[in-house]
Order: sequence, then structure tokens, then C-alpha cells
Amino acid sequence: MKPALKPQAAEPLVIDLAGTALRNLNATLQALAATTNETDWSILNPRGAHALAVGITAPVTVNIHGPAGYYAAGMNDGATITIHGNAGTGVAENMMSGRVHVLGDASQAAGATAHGGLLIIEGNAAARCGISMKGVDIVVKGSAGHMSGFMAQSGNLVIAGDAGEALGDSLYEASIFVAGKVASLGADCEEKPMTPEALHTLQTLLQNAGCAAPAASFKRYGSARTLYHFHVDNADAY
Amino acid sequence: MCGIAGLFLKTRTLEPELGRLTAGMLATLSDRGPDSAGFAIYGAASPGHTKLTLRVAPGFTIEAFAEQRGLGCTLHADHAVLSVPDDALDDTRAALAAIPEIAVIASGARMELFKGVGLPADVSQRFGLAQRAGSHAIGHTRMATESAVTTQGAHPFSTGPDQCLVHNGSLSNHNEIRRKLMRENIRFETQNDTEVAAGFLSHQLQKGVKLDAALNAALNTLDGFYTFVVGTESGFGVLRDPVACKPAIMAETDDYVAFGSEYRALSALPGIAHAHLFEPEPAQIYFWERAA
Repeated sequence: MKPALKPQAAEPLVIDLAGTALRNLNATLQALAATTNETDWSILNPRGAHALAVGITAPVTVNIHGPAGYYAAGMNDGATITIHGNAGTGVAENMMSGRVHVLGDASQAAGATAHGGLLIIEGNAAARCGISMKGVDIVVKGSAGHMSGFMAQSGNLVIAGDAGEALGDSLYEASIFVAGKVASLGADCEEKPMTPEALHTLQTLLQNAGCAAPAASFKRYGSARTLYHFHVDNADAY
Repeated sequence: MCGIAGLFLKTRTLEPELGRLTAGMLATLSDRGPDSAGFAIYGAASPGHTKLTLRVAPGFTIEAFAEQRGLGCTLHADHAVLSVPDDALDDTRAALAAIPEIAVIASGARMELFKGVGLPADVSQRFGLAQRAGSHAIGHTRMATESAVTTQGAHPFSTGPDQCLVHNGSLSNHNEIRRKLMRENIRFETQNDTEVAAGFLSHQLQKGVKLDAALNAALNTLDGFYTFVVGTESGFGVLRDPVACKPAIMAETDDYVAFGSEYRALSALPGIAHAHLFEPEPAQIYFWERAA
């Protein structure tokens, strides 16, 4: 695609996957420089393809019009990516910065291992949302499945609906906020007091994500820190 | 890995399209299972007759056997479907059991079952799937883990009339359960874990329980990870293990319920843009049944 200088608010650049190979799509988006004028992209006919719009390092806007497959918007570093549909396994996995917005539901392991940025899921997230997250902020406006926040290291996981079983299992220092019911807490995850700092963080996230749930309706969960060090009483378990 | 495609029609509208749609789903799932594939398809019944699906060794002429006994016989590559009057079923089975070149892989009023080694699109073409009509079909694309890449190890598995099962995952206690079921006179052809799950469900159904109750018993007995899709003469069921590692997505419209390991497999179905899409919950039994 030839770079074309264009004024703001011009028509987006369109890549139609009915006629373009996925590799070409990703190569085009990955080649964009931070200073590019080609800042607005639309992807048509994704039909659940895997690895859509991955590894983008320029601060561009990408709209994926339809359902995305595995690892959509993975490794995103600075782009604003909206999926107008459902997302498959591992949406925004290992995101470094930027914003990924899923307008439908997200499958398992949304935001897995992500280091930064904001992941917003308008619908529900399936199991293991935020698994091993390392600094990302995730806001799920619906409910999240079992083992969400598993081994989460830092960042914030906000669930406006209910959380499935074993929430925050083997949690490190990520914060989890849930407004609805928690089916059960995982090993070493406990309810924490809502400090003024935590409340402020939550309010900011809800505002940034456009989430109407009142901050006062959330409870906060974090690590009890009993699994951080080997305890001799547990020796028999190994 | 492995891929599963299932399509259960709630109305007659799409019945002529069933094979074509199922073949498309299987071809899309080649990436998840390129070594072998198979499908069970539920077509029209012939009253008073049972369909026996056979796998026939090269060089053996099954038509002569069928002609001699006055049985309907349709060839599909290395498979054949015999239409056997119910009163001749026991005799026919006994005769077939004595022929080493023949393996009876499925039986039923409506179900026919085909499977083989190769890319899913090739397997579908070999057995003419796209041209077939029916009420429901269940297919599988295999990436082998627990047993060899052979036609016998391909899915679906059937151990009871009009019953079939496909599986994505692997079971860890299948040897123990196989031994127990063998003491109950359930026969197994392979060392495959999925065949044990099929045998387990058939054993439950033989005891007279409904498919949903049989799936519940599976949940309590089978250990390992699995997504199962099962078919009966008029029903279609789905079960995921409690940890739900294996992917599953379903689409439901007024006309059908469809299962795919990935959304891509569903993306060419009619009306998919407006279908209700959902992931089956772990350890929850889903079951649809259609009145005959």
C-alpha cells in the first residue's frame, strides 16, 4: 500500500481479508513508523482468522470489523485496536502498551502475560482472563470465567460482573476488583480492604473504560503472600 | 490439538446442505488435525433395516457378499454401507465376523460412519461428504497423541447403534476404565482413549439411561481433559471437562446448532452473523434432541 498524505478525518485505509493474505496485513501494519500519517485502518472480513493485527508498534487506530480468532492484537505496543465482534483465545496477549477494545465476548486467556496498556471487554471473558498478567489493566464489563487472574503478577483486573471459580489462584501483586459474585477464591487469594489509593485506581480505570458500574459496588482481592517462600510445613506436599 | 465440527439441524430447511456445510467445517479445521479425519452422518432411515458401515480390505469384493444375501450395498472408497433387514441382522453380523478382510465400524438405523488417514478435505472428498443429506453430522480432524495415525485411531468412534463420539483432548484413566468395561462385555478394537469414552457412554445408554445422564456419569468417571461431541439417532450432546482447556464455540439459530473447535469453522455457515454464539461452560451438559 502506497503511503498517502491525507488530512485528518479522511476515510480509513481498508484491508479486506477476502482478498488479502493475513501475512500481508500484519506486515503492512508492522511496517508503520511511529510518525506515520496512515493512522486509521479498517480490516474487513476477518472471519475469525488468527493473529490479526499483531505486533503493531505505531500509535495507529485499527478497527477489525467482525469476529477475530486467536491472539488478536497480540504484542500490541501503542496502537488502539477495536474488535467489532467476539475475540478468540488470547486477545491482546503480551500487550506492551496501547488499547484493545473487544465489543463482543472474549475467549480464554484474554490479556495473558500482558505488560501494559488497557484491555476492555464489553461482554464476558472466558476462563483464565489475565493469566500471568504483568502490568496490563483489564476491564471486563460482563463476567469472567474460572481461574481468572491465575498467577497474575502486576496490573489491575476489573470484573464488573461475576468471577468464576479459583479467582486469583497463586496470585502475585496484581489487584483484582469484582463487583458481582465470586464463585471461589484460588489458593493464596484473599479479599483486601479498599484503600483510598485502590479506589482511585479503580475509578480511573472504570472511567477510562467507559464502565458505568459504580466503584463502590466492587470488592478488592489480592495476594495473601503465603506462597512466596518455601514453608517447611509444606515439605510433605512435594 | 485436534478439531471438532458438529452440525445439528433443528429444521428440515438445511438438510440437503448438511454434507456440504460439514465438509467445509472440516476443511477449515485442517490446521488443528491434518493427519486423519472422519465423520458420522445421520441420513434417512429405511424402516425395518439397519445400516452397517464396513471397512473393507483392498482386494475383497463386498458386493458379492451383499448380492449373495440380497442386501443393499453402497460403496464409498474403502468403506461400504450394507442395508440389512432387521431379521437378518444377527446372521449377517456373524457372517461378517468370520471374514478377516471386513471390520464393522458402525451400525444404526440412520448413522453411517467414515474415517481415514489424510487431510480432512481429501477424506471428505473420498467419501463424498459434500453430496450427502441428513439431520446431523459430527466430524473430527485428528492430530494424534495417544495412539498411532491409523484409520482405526481416527474419530468418530462408535460402540453402540446410532451412537458416535468425537474427542479433543486426552484421557488419563482410560486403561482402567477399558478393563472395567471389558468385564461388562464391551469390546474394544484399539488402544485409543477416545474409544474408551465411546464405550463408556454406550454402556451407560445400554443400561437405559438418557444421553444427558450418560454424559453426567462420564463427568464423574473419566479423568483427563476433553471436549466431547456425541451423536445419537435423534440427539446431539456436548461436554467439556471441568478445566476446559480445549477450545469450543457454539452457534445456535432457529435452523441449527453448530459446534466448532474454533469460530473459523463456523464462519461460513448460513446466518452466522446473527447466530447466538457462546462457549459451552465447563462441566455442563448440553443436549439437543429432535422429534423424529
